[in-house]
Amino acid sequence: MAEERRPKQCTVVLPTESMKAMAESIGVGQLQEESCAALSEEVSYRIKEIAQDALKFMHHGKRCKLTTSDIDYALKLKNVEPLYGFQSQEFIPFRFASGGGRELHFYEEKEVDLSDIINTPLPRVPLDVSLKAHWLSIEGVQPAIPENPPPAPKEQQKTESTEPLKAVKPGQEEEGSTQKGQGATSAEAKGKKDGLMRMKPRSTHELSVEQQLYYKEITEACVGSCEAKRAEALQSIATDPGLYQMLPRFSTFISEGVRVNVVQNNLALLIYLMRMVKALMDNPTLYLEKYLHELIPAVVTCIVSKQLCLRPDVDNHWALRDFAARLMAQSCKTFSTTTNNIQSRITKTFTKVYNNCWLDDKTQWTTRYGCIAGLSELGPDVIKTLILPRLTVEGARIKAVSDGPVVSNIDKIGADHVQNLLLKHCASVIAKACPLPDNVEQYRADYGYLGPMLCSHVVKARAQAALQAQQVNRTTLTITQPRPTLTVSQSGIGGSGGSRTPSIIKVPSSLTLMSTRPGTPTQPSPPATKYIVMATSSGSSSTQQVLWTAVLLFLFSLKYLDTPTHSRLFIFTIFYIVE
Amino acid sequence: MAAVQDGQLNMEVEKDIKTEITNDGSGNINANSSSPGSTSSGGKSKSPAGSGEDQQTLLAVLQFLKRNKLTESVDILRREAGLSADADDSPVSDSAGAGSGGVPNVSADGGDANSLLSRVSIATPSIETSSGFGCGSGGRACRLQCGEDQPDVNVVLSAYSQQGDPVLYPLYYNGLKKFIESVLDCHRAELSQVFYPLFVHMYLELVYNNHENEAKQFFEKFSGDQECYYEEDLRILSSMSKKEHMKGNETMLDFRTSKFVLRISRDSYQLLKRHLQERQNNQIWNIIQEHLYIDIFDGMPRSKSQIDAMSGSLAGEGKRDANKAKVFYGLLKEPEIEVPLDDEDEEAENEEGKPKKKKPKKDSMGSKSKKQDPNAPQQTRIPLPELKDSDKLDKIMNMKEATKKIRLSPDNLPSICFYSFLNAYQGLTAVDFTDDSSLIAGGFADSTVRVWSVTPKKLRRVKSAADLSNIDKESDDVLERIMDEKTASESKILYGHSGPVYGISFSPDRNYLLSSSEDGTVRLWSLQTFTCLVGYKGHNYPVWDTQFSPYGYYFISGGHDRVARLWATDHYQPLRMFAGHLADITCTLFHPNSNYVATGSADRTIRLWDVLTGNCVRILTGHKGPIHSLAFSPNGKFMASGATDGRVLLWDVGHGLMVGELKGHSDTIYALKFSRDGEILASGSMDNTVKLWDTLKAFDDVELDDFTAATGHIHLPENSQELLLGTYMTKSTPVIHLHFTRRNLLLAAGAYNP
Repeated sequence: MAEERRPKQCTVVLPTESMKAMAESIGVGQLQEESCAALSEEVSYRIKEIAQDALKFMHHGKRCKLTTSDIDYALKLKNVEPLYGFQSQEFIPFRFASGGGRELHFYEEKEVDLSDIINTPLPRVPLDVSLKAHWLSIEGVQPAIPENPPPAPKEQQKTESTEPLKAVKPGQEEEGSTQKGQGATSAEAKGKKDGLMRMKPRSTHELSVEQQLYYKEITEACVGSCEAKRAEALQSIATDPGLYQMLPRFSTFISEGVRVNVVQNNLALLIYLMRMVKALMDNPTLYLEKYLHELIPAVVTCIVSKQLCLRPDVDNHWALRDFAARLMAQSCKTFSTTTNNIQSRITKTFTKVYNNCWLDDKTQWTTRYGCIAGLSELGPDVIKTLILPRLTVEGARIKAVSDGPVVSNIDKIGADHVQNLLLKHCASVIAKACPLPDNVEQYRADYGYLGPMLCSHVVKARAQAALQAQQVNRTTLTITQPRPTLTVSQSGIGGSGGSRTPSIIKVPSSLTLMSTRPGTPTQPSPPATKYIVMATSSGSSSTQQVLWTAVLLFLFSLKYLDTPTHSRLFIFTIFYIVE
Repeated sequence: MAAVQDGQLNMEVEKDIKTEITNDGSGNINANSSSPGSTSSGGKSKSPAGSGEDQQTLLAVLQFLKRNKLTESVDILRREAGLSADADDSPVSDSAGAGSGGVPNVSADGGDANSLLSRVSIATPSIETSSGFGCGSGGRACRLQCGEDQPDVNVVLSAYSQQGDPVLYPLYYNGLKKFIESVLDCHRAELSQVFYPLFVHMYLELVYNNHENEAKQFFEKFSGDQECYYEEDLRILSSMSKKEHMKGNETMLDFRTSKFVLRISRDSYQLLKRHLQERQNNQIWNIIQEHLYIDIFDGMPRSKSQIDAMSGSLAGEGKRDANKAKVFYGLLKEPEIEVPLDDEDEEAENEEGKPKKKKPKKDSMGSKSKKQDPNAPQQTRIPLPELKDSDKLDKIMNMKEATKKIRLSPDNLPSICFYSFLNAYQGLTAVDFTDDSSLIAGGFADSTVRVWSVTPKKLRRVKSAADLSNIDKESDDVLERIMDEKTASESKILYGHSGPVYGISFSPDRNYLLSSSEDGTVRLWSLQTFTCLVGYKGHNYPVWDTQFSPYGYYFISGGHDRVARLWATDHYQPLRMFAGHLADITCTLFHPNSNYVATGSADRTIRLWDVLTGNCVRILTGHKGPIHSLAFSPNGKFMASGATDGRVLLWDVGHGLMVGELKGHSDTIYALKFSRDGEILASGSMDNTVKLWDTLKAFDDVELDDFTAATGHIHLPENSQELLLGTYMTKSTPVIHLHFTRRNLLLAAGAYNP
């Protein structure tokens, strides 16, 4: 009963034009303005009445979605023949279309070929209702089984990690109550009885025997030799909802693993561990914020470490660096807040190393590569401000290695990789930022040794962009053709059916009926309201039934009159439904 | 005169029940055999216009028919009743018009005067008996079936015809608002209660007198000031902007026919009165006089929180004297049954028995040897069916189980077993468990009822009559032999309804199942043959809920027509009709001693009805949304109710007081259940959670001194978070039923909604 939930009591009335249109549709022409006004009020009132009754059926049906059958039953209550044939598979059967600056929602009625229906094989019989029992709670503790939701929802993990003080403060038990009942209730209750000052409930990290077994299996599979097993284990980490309890263990496992394996230059294991990090981050039920202090150093190590493998000249440790850099960028995106400043701190770390290697020629190419990769993954802005200014220096250094005397094969490979990396990331940024034309000399002046190569890359990038743009243009062209066919997409209201909305349809700001001619996109567009086009094939002809027909038509029918020259759309936003 | 007659009628009905029950003693349910022909005969025996009341009723009917230009039926009726033509010209008082029972509802077949009369005469007694409370309840009873053309609508509405200058309405209202804002704090909260009813009636007056624009402006200006729990009603009001709309609008009629009840202390009332008289503010004074019932009490004015706790219902709070009647909330004495104890059980009994002696208070099951509870009704207050041998066996089983019961406490929470209905795409609308937790029944929106056995014992049908004749009736296992092994299956489907099944209830002996549906019928199914035995027709509109009495035989149903009906399984017509609710009856429940019936309604009140007299003995207000679940504590002393507002309220039945408020759910509460010893309350909600509450503590915390008991002004402890013992989320499965097994294991049920 929160105050803000209170919607404005609105007195929406259907426009009189719609009454006229409805009357015409059942053969009553020349309805007077006053009768239209009277009718529209009456119709609006009846619709609201029916909607309110329909809600009752929804509540008793133990649902939070209003369905067409609810409306049928509500009509039945009023002794009105229900509307037949409006059972719909989808929650809201309306399609969305836009064209000529208008947004429309209409009822899609496909022509169905009977022979198709007859010839299609019968669909499988739907499964029958069945009963399944599971333990929701065992002596007050909810077991972590697939039938139950994950023990700690992500939001809670998030609030716990971002606002730890809120739940802890003693004397504020009421606020901390969101955590109550999550297992350790009885212990808490005891603590309270003793009148002790209650600190944050000590979270027990004892794992059950099953969990210990699971942990052992998973970690062994992740770093083991069987690739199929590893894939399964990673899949489990990425999807299992019950890992919250084990998260600290996994985190420690990864950080320790990286520490050991970097020293031993065990590239394969490092890759496996990074894949574990990726899987953990992909798990929708986990919020890693609390464990970043262990995970980030491990990831950064895999990006910038001087040596990650035994044979740097042969092994592809560059891929690991790229992968880890991407992980880093992802965690920056997900977890960076104003309080922890992960993004800026990471950026600083990379630039510091980078600055050092700028000053110091002796820095390994591997580290340099890692820094650049890490920075470039953070986005075009970072590239623009931190990498572009250094291209000249970097170019000179690459030149020195490639042109100079052969120092070592390793350096040469490193320089090659750095060069490719720089070209790849910088070209797209420059293509967007710099004006045409691409002058090789200009590039050489700006970026030194790398200039010419950069130039050719930029040209390529531009060509690709142009190709894409062309395709986009072509699609827009179809829309502006003189006789547009309405492009139909399932979006807007029709698409939002999946979300849990308590009422059927969003409340429009006003109810409008308008008739328009498609093909004249220049017509001024109406105020930004959502429309639903209603159509039906025919209505009843009795004039006395104008009222009910109108009500019924307005409820769920659809009107689409087509004449050779122009068609008319009766547009109508469905009535305002409570909540 | 009327009172005397009521008494007689009661007696008659009572006798009726008694005779029926003696018939039932043989164990036959003869509901099936009774032919519909006897309806009219029963009606006729009462209908000849002998008594004054029947005469009045007849006149009302005649007038109604006349008004609707059904002259032919008027003639027929007159001939049948032997009335002179001028008799019906005499003015019929408002109350008589109101008493005309189900008249509007039969207007369609008005030609059949006979059936009409019989209905009237049957409807009348129960309505009259229930008119001991509130005002105009009889009127409401009939109005609830009102169609468009309701005879007394115009009478009702004409009260609004008084003319005032429409422009002045906002001024009046504003003036009062300013005055109330300026009074002392202690009075302000009390006087603020006046705003909402005043607002409603002023708005309706404006609408009635065709000042449409003024009404709209008035609404826009002041609707924001009203308490948020009136939102629903305001929405209905806002849609009503024409005089024509007022006809047939039920909510409007509720406002008009029932006075809005306010409780205000004498001091505050004097203040208000003086102010209005000084200002010569007759408009408001008139409304207060006519449409409000101000229940004045002596003593301290109530605080805002006290008022908020009690308000929220459609027609204000219950009057204080409405809750004064004595309620025998104690349990009936358990019949003495020799329990044949095995040696093992005896040991268990003794072990369990020791703690019982220490705390005899808590013990509700072992009360068999105790003396009659002073708060319990007479054993024979209402006739109950005799115990059959099978019932006794069941009782023995129950006691054995009870000895193995887990004693629950905040430190010892129950385990919860959740039954998910999978693939219930058609919509699960109701669930019930048998008391021994061996069967589950589900009602579905596709009109089917399905029964599952959750024990290894499969469901079997009785053999057909031809096969039955071949059975050796002398054999020991005859009960086993009559079952048809071929039909054994884990679940059975019962077809018969023609609309969603909204209510479902097992009989205590597990032989029958009741289901109520949108199609307006309540059906009785046999769980021996898995066929429909009776369709009880009486509600013309959807029946939202039905429930068997804890002793079987009786059952209660309630629905959209706002009348709760008490039935006996072998009568095709209701024994009692409980009228008084102002909106749909959404849930029904028997008191554990079967002498009372509780109904929850969309008018946001709970009423407790006496089965014997048909009177409403409690009106409990405080919910801010339609009530969807009720539960009595096992000792019968307390009640819990849950509503769409997500709150559970606890009530002391004996005093008619609210004793607790449990906040925590975020959506409609569809299921409530006390544990077998009443220590823990489980609530299940649409928000996919089951919550457990410490009710012992909740009831202990309440200090009931004489003053609060007398005035009903209670300070609710703000402790619902301390009382919450646990929250258990399901995986997108709304919880729609809860049940404690005899060993205190909690069973929950709901349909998985992927």
